[in-house]
Amino acid sequence: MDSVRHLSFDVAVVGAGPAGIAAALAAADSGVTVGLIDDNPAAGGQIWRGVQSAPQNSASSIWFQRLNKSAVQLVRGARVFHAAKGELAAESDDSAIQISYGKLILTTGARELFLPFPGWTLPNVTGAGGLQALLKSGLDIAGKRVVIAGTGPLLLAVAAYARKCGAKVVAICEQTTRSRMVRFGMKMLLVPGKAPEALRFAYELRGIPHWTDCWPVAAFGSRRIESVRISRQGQTSEIECDYLACGFHLIPNLELPRMCGCRLESGFVHVNEYQQTSAPGIYCAGEPTGIGGLELALAEGEVAGYAATNWEDRAKHLFAKRARYGKGVRILKDAFPLRPELKNLARPDTLVCRCEDVPHERLREHGCWRAAKLHARCGMGPCQGRVCAPAAEFLFGWQIDSVRPPVFPVRCASLAAVPSHSAAARN
Amino acid sequence: MSDSVSVRVNGKPVTVRAGATVAVAVLAAGATCRASVTGQPRSPLCGMGTCFECRVAINGEPQRRSCQVLCEAGMEIEANG
Repeated sequence: MDSVRHLSFDVAVVGAGPAGIAAALAAADSGVTVGLIDDNPAAGGQIWRGVQSAPQNSASSIWFQRLNKSAVQLVRGARVFHAAKGELAAESDDSAIQISYGKLILTTGARELFLPFPGWTLPNVTGAGGLQALLKSGLDIAGKRVVIAGTGPLLLAVAAYARKCGAKVVAICEQTTRSRMVRFGMKMLLVPGKAPEALRFAYELRGIPHWTDCWPVAAFGSRRIESVRISRQGQTSEIECDYLACGFHLIPNLELPRMCGCRLESGFVHVNEYQQTSAPGIYCAGEPTGIGGLELALAEGEVAGYAATNWEDRAKHLFAKRARYGKGVRILKDAFPLRPELKNLARPDTLVCRCEDVPHERLREHGCWRAAKLHARCGMGPCQGRVCAPAAEFLFGWQIDSVRPPVFPVRCASLAAVPSHSAAARN
Repeated sequence: MSDSVSVRVNGKPVTVRAGATVAVAVLAAGATCRASVTGQPRSPLCGMGTCFECRVAINGEPQRRSCQVLCEAGMEIEANG
């Protein structure tokens, strides 16, 4: 039988990526008790996944050193599946965890948007960030042929990383138009700090074809992907590959903010200048408030940490920095809108929901997400719609409106450990 | 500390670098992770714990997300061959 751990923090931070680390450290500056809770086996989130094993030559090392020296209590491998006023319920491999908190900071990060096309369920078709996460987790890709597809500057970062790991990057397929891509490049050169990054990518990616107006149409293979058919400026062609890494933007992880009753605006958590959400005592920083990348996440996290500990002066000092890093975000939004052709990639028998194997034709017949869930079991599997709901939103324009605990599949024993007053407080 | 770790995937010994996830060991063994509800082979999609495609049994415990579990020496991993 699972044991139940009880933890109590003045400030609880959920998500130990850059925003969460910055928030936890800022909050700990006040001498209060801070808990930093994360699902992953180590802190760092996705961008700093696996870098703790080589901290000496990474920009993240200073943050990890500060974290290791701080009084912040890191709770790793803990999935938060329920949130009520002043309480969180989580589960680790061997126990249920009850966490009570005074203030809550949500730094739940982002995931990738995946779009269904024939063959996208084949093994070795991964996310773009997904492939990078696997590489950071030790995947040996030396000599493998990799096609990277989707949209946004993440594709460039992933291509550079895969090449560094010894992969043969065959092509980068960017769905946006050439003119948008060029305009994006020009604008980024004017954002402080971005020019060296752009030049570094140009150098690291030399010789790799970067095609615009290009996207995957179908993947083929028997037990894993063997080739991908792409559309490139109106022409289709087939490329042999061992991996297809495919990501169509980052989307915020909103399950917990939603469950906490935080008001959303245009698909992101609405916060005031102190990163405070509409829910009393609950703050949010990083990608859930708008996809902005590493530096912005760090600045927002620090603001949230200081604000949550009533240190407004320190928070205010960071406003200018935060505003500076906010610039790149708007440029990003304009440059990579998803083109309508991507809505037509799925065939009637292409699976949209990978957990329950629900094909496109079974979804199309319903008018809304709720009906599709009830009648076709779309989004009813273990990922709880984390993959198919955003896809359905893009494909059919459905609003994904509800979230209910548990926001992760959990063991019965963990559910049973949720105090009844806390479970009832939701409804 | 050793810089590699050995586990077994469907009975077959696999050595990966220390700190590697179970998902990586499964791929290194040439296996796929799970069979879908209609029997299709699946492997990691998101690599970060959200898609649940990488589920395998670890030391007899089913439905573990292999991308979120680090390899430990002697682990017995049961994947979809």
